[in-house]
Amino acid sequence: MSDTPSSTPTVDREEIEKIAELARIRIAADQAGEVAERITRILGMVDTLQAADTDGVEPMANPLDATQALRPDEITEENRREAFQAIAPAVENGLYLVPKVID
Amino acid sequence: MQYETVIGLEVHLQLATRSKIFSGSPTAFGAEPNTQASAVDLAMPGMLPVLNEQAVRFAVMFGLGIGAEIGRRSVFDRKNYFYPDLPKGYQISQFADPIVGRGTFEIQLEDGSTREIGITRAHLEEDAGKSLHEDFHGQSGIDLNRAGTPLLEIVTEPDLRSAEEAVAYLKALHSLVTYLEISDGNMAEGSMRCDINISLRPKGSETLGTRAEIKNVNSFRFVEKAIQHEIERQSDILEDGGKVVQETRLYDADRNETRPMRSKEVANDYRYFPEPDLLPVVLDEAFIEDLRATLPELPREKRERFVSQYGLGEYDAGVLAASRALANYFEAVASDAGDAKIAANWVQVELLGRLNRDEKDIEDCPVPAAHLAQLIQRILDDSISGKIAKQVFESMWNGEGDADTIIAAKGLKQVSDSGELEAMVDGVIADNPGQVEQYRAADEGKRKKLVGFFVGQVMKVSRGQANPQMVNKLLAEKLG
Repeated sequence: MSDTPSSTPTVDREEIEKIAELARIRIAADQAGEVAERITRILGMVDTLQAADTDGVEPMANPLDATQALRPDEITEENRREAFQAIAPAVENGLYLVPKVID
Repeated sequence: MQYETVIGLEVHLQLATRSKIFSGSPTAFGAEPNTQASAVDLAMPGMLPVLNEQAVRFAVMFGLGIGAEIGRRSVFDRKNYFYPDLPKGYQISQFADPIVGRGTFEIQLEDGSTREIGITRAHLEEDAGKSLHEDFHGQSGIDLNRAGTPLLEIVTEPDLRSAEEAVAYLKALHSLVTYLEISDGNMAEGSMRCDINISLRPKGSETLGTRAEIKNVNSFRFVEKAIQHEIERQSDILEDGGKVVQETRLYDADRNETRPMRSKEVANDYRYFPEPDLLPVVLDEAFIEDLRATLPELPREKRERFVSQYGLGEYDAGVLAASRALANYFEAVASDAGDAKIAANWVQVELLGRLNRDEKDIEDCPVPAAHLAQLIQRILDDSISGKIAKQVFESMWNGEGDADTIIAAKGLKQVSDSGELEAMVDGVIADNPGQVEQYRAADEGKRKKLVGFFVGQVMKVSRGQANPQMVNKLLAEKLG
């Protein structure tokens, strides 16, 4: 069991900022330090879990003890564009408009 | 320094299902924007994906077609990134447990030689929508019709060594998936899109160089050009003592160059995790064996059969077996005409040549196989010469009827009547005393060349209809 905080990986501010950007979450500059500390504590808990012996245990993809049901290849949806676009902020020529994106 | 090119390809193959992979929306190409985008495809809150059985079948058929391991238990994962044509903020894909594992794939090169290419894996995933960047007052337009279309991403090992091999691989893959009828293979409509991983290393080195990834190249020709350009770019950098930067680049067909993608400044970090909305897909033996039983004869098997059954060369057999429709056409002609080699030659040279010229596919060929077979029979029974046959073929192409009808209507039947031919030969000899003199004075070797002139004259007089074997025989007798 790993209950010594020294073996727990720590997350620094820089990493928090990178993860926040990837996840599109805004973390105020004066909060980044605190968030880093909290995430480090969570990782400590994960670390504890990781100490469990999992030899011969198959990774669990889903907590339900069931397998995926398959759907026949049939068209069951009809065109409801008008209803969907009525609640969209901006549409034109059937397209949803969004802030400009460039590759 | 001499460099070796190392290429790995990732092909996104659109599967030919009627409905999407996780929703009941249609997948038809070319519909009005957003008319085929349901609440699931739009990522409305509370919507849940349900897996399309046909997409699973098609993926398994592909795996069986390349002799790969089939994932008895495969898992879907979320690949997280933000882009407006991906409304969920993640793409449902497969990461650790794909539906198709390792396999191999044989490609045939121009010289007829073959190479085995390793397939690392193939996994199921959903396509994203389309972004349109023009004419929306500084905004982008989003069409989500394509969102949720089933894709099979097929990944090769870095086993390819040149643009030629990469194109041969793509053509063979195209051939396989259209044989299996798991995709329409329509590259112009984006049914087969290719990402190219390419690096250079000094010849003889075993370690891989730094690679660049070229995204979304969608024609055989562009793949070839993009690779050639990238080889040049990277070797220039290395020659100058520089270092290739690992990055994602776009191929610009108009300028024939690759350039870095601006939006990928932050290194890809997709934070995959298991998709909680889907359970593991477990396939039993019966499901897999039922599919194995439905597999048609595949391109490689067909090619090998064409070689052994008809005595065709490896390369010719490969060309004819490349498409199922062409192979069926050839076999119909061969069996009706009774001579497979001549049939192969006609299909490959005249028919394919003509199809290319008119930019038509074999499916749209105006000459039925039975008509071409009849034409070949008329050559074989000496009714017409090979040269006249080409003329008849052209008429058949233009819809003037079958071979016998055209030969009769145009009076093209070969003249094999010895009296008639003799008169023609006599006439030509009488009209060309100078050449006759020359011929008689020449030695055996020269005579062979000179006789061609007389044959040509007789053919001219007969409007190409004289039986060439008989003309040759008569000339030999008469010129002495």
